[in-house]
Amino acid sequence: MSDRLSVFKTYKLYVGGKFPRSESGRVYEVTDSKGKWLANAPQGSRKDARDAVVAARKAFGGWSGATAYNRGQILYRIAEMLEGRKDQFVREVADAEGLSKSKASVVVDAAIDRWVWYAGWTDKIAQVVGGANPVAGPYFNLSSPEPTGVVTVLAPQESSFLGLISVVAPVIATGNTAIVVASEKSPLPALSLGEVLATSDLPGGVVNVLSGRTAEIAAPLAAHQDVNAIDLAGADDVLAKELEIAAADNLKRVLRPQPVDYNETPGTERLTAFLETKTVWHPTGSLGASGSSY
Amino acid sequence: MASTSASAFEYAPAPESRSVVDIAPSYGLFIDGEFTEAADGKVFKTVSPSTEEVLSEIAQAGEADVDRAVKAARKAFEKWSALPGSERAKYLFRIARIIQERSRELAVLETLDNGKPIKETRDADLPLVAAHFFYYAGWADKLDHAGFGANPQPLGVAGQVIPWNFPLLMLAWKIAPALATGNTVVLKPAETTPLSALFFADICRQAGLPKGVVNILPGYGDTGAALVAHPDVNKVAFTGSTAVGKAIARQVAGTDKKVTLELGGKGANIVFDDAPIDQAVEGIVTGIFFNQGQVCCAGSRLLVQESVQDELMDSLKRRLSTLRLGDPLDKNTDIGAINSAEQLSRITTLVEQGEAEGAERWSPACELPSSGYWFAPTLFTNVTQAHTIARDEIFGPVLSVLTFRTPEEAVAKANNSQYGLSAGIWTEKGSRILAVASKLRAGVIWSNTFNKFDPTSPFGGYKESGFGREGGRHGLEAYLDV
Repeated sequence: MSDRLSVFKTYKLYVGGKFPRSESGRVYEVTDSKGKWLANAPQGSRKDARDAVVAARKAFGGWSGATAYNRGQILYRIAEMLEGRKDQFVREVADAEGLSKSKASVVVDAAIDRWVWYAGWTDKIAQVVGGANPVAGPYFNLSSPEPTGVVTVLAPQESSFLGLISVVAPVIATGNTAIVVASEKSPLPALSLGEVLATSDLPGGVVNVLSGRTAEIAAPLAAHQDVNAIDLAGADDVLAKELEIAAADNLKRVLRPQPVDYNETPGTERLTAFLETKTVWHPTGSLGASGSSY
Repeated sequence: MASTSASAFEYAPAPESRSVVDIAPSYGLFIDGEFTEAADGKVFKTVSPSTEEVLSEIAQAGEADVDRAVKAARKAFEKWSALPGSERAKYLFRIARIIQERSRELAVLETLDNGKPIKETRDADLPLVAAHFFYYAGWADKLDHAGFGANPQPLGVAGQVIPWNFPLLMLAWKIAPALATGNTVVLKPAETTPLSALFFADICRQAGLPKGVVNILPGYGDTGAALVAHPDVNKVAFTGSTAVGKAIARQVAGTDKKVTLELGGKGANIVFDDAPIDQAVEGIVTGIFFNQGQVCCAGSRLLVQESVQDELMDSLKRRLSTLRLGDPLDKNTDIGAINSAEQLSRITTLVEQGEAEGAERWSPACELPSSGYWFAPTLFTNVTQAHTIARDEIFGPVLSVLTFRTPEEAVAKANNSQYGLSAGIWTEKGSRILAVASKLRAGVIWSNTFNKFDPTSPFGGYKESGFGREGGRHGLEAYLDV
């Protein structure tokens, strides 16, 4: 048994709930921290990026329209599915980041717990950041957060799994849909995450995972007119500046790269970065006065 | 219009007195608590858009002046940000009170420099200006409770660029939250409406505001660009056109500058067949003719359900025929002057394009004054979504009318825009209001009303109408390091 030849996995993109290879037919070698070959990952193209935008836009109406409770249950389901496949992710994270099994295990535990943390936020953030405004007039005036739309997420380059989940979960928790560009050097945990998402009741297209050269895939996404926001976590300073300039063309919301310790419990910043505030005025009328004010 | 038609109601002239305001022949830049000339000695003239009379000559800030003002603001920041919030609050309360005391003077001044009717500056602009300072004054010592964590910190020097449509109100929207949170500011008013900002400098003096906390730099677009580009500015706040907003977003790329942009709009005012027609007509008029339609959140697209189109258009045309266009200082005036010759020519060009593309133009009989910049209230019918006048922001008293059959179609048409600032919904059915409001991609939605503003109510857009919110608790975030 011990000398059984193992079955390799073909790593694929995750777009619109399906697992396509890159339309470009390209792959690139992924190695572990010591340079040992791990897999050939798809090297996504501009066309793959555009396909992902179409999938994410298509999914936006349903996902943003789902109840917050429903979104919370699905995010929690992702944690459940991950828990069951923990060994696989410990192995992949250990390879990707050059960690011991025990250290990789701590990282994966934290990543699973992060899904749980954000699962709980879906039906609370609106109460924390929204509310009624006491305007000086006979109006009921209510501000509510709404998702920005389609968000491109450049996953952190170093923290290939905990960092990835720390930037993806807040984006979808509030009802956005995401196009995630995996860590260029260590894309395998992100690509495997696609398999977890596909079996977690998450509608296809809510999260789309691309691997390849970050700069090549990010450029068309930053310039895309149907993308509403971009998280530049995985971009270096030079690339971040270029992408921010491209993003200005349709005034995307931009979250600039900043130092983050992904081991810390996050704040609400990544949730609110991709929320709009909608304020609705309703006349209240009046009772008991002589005649109605409405 | 009233000026020509033999109306049942003739109005005697009722001009507000100009004597309440004393405009000096020239004004300097306001830097570090002093009025000063521009380093290169440049000046420009500001005129009254209703008469083309030169009101005053204004120093025009250049790059060297921007640098001087930013340095003054930086120097003032240390002490201002270290003041207890309760002390900053009291300065802002003082400013709010002085504005209330001088509100008639400021209303007349604003009407002279901007061209909008006195009834608007007196009843809308000025009360909102004072209220905005009063509101944010109260936040200054309560920031720990604002939901941004304990002891949230200011950003530093805020560079603020404001438009000409609500000169003093936009100043209040920018300066009040900036000062409450402990920032210092350099503000550039629009080149056609610098006066109220310079009078505000005098209010800062009366309030005893420390030197350098507020600096006012009149000038053109290049002054604003220099301010945005200044390396020692930590925060950029801009209200104006989407094109300039995009240029600013490019300019600050790769820096640490925090940015909020409040840009253009093409608001849809949606009238369902069960709407109270008379109220809807008033709302449509308020939506597009308030401030001559020079409002970013104007309801410039009327979406009317087919079954009530004829009835609504008849009522609307009848109502427009009673609007009074003329002397902005007259207390009975509804429609004042367009702010500048440049804006008038932009409106004229777009309206001509509307006609050329096949939409049907209508205005009430209306005699325009012989001097100044004027444009009659205008309706376009037979407008399609592809027409330029249905897509581009006109920023004038021009309404494009489109129709729809179902709520779904209304929502799809309303959202078919690069902008997402405002929208209106007119229907008697409560559940339809909530359903439609939840589907509209716009930052401010008025149901059975339009163009209501309040300092407690966050204002700002989706999509290319910009990002960030002004007003309310939300408005604090733009000026805090959170």
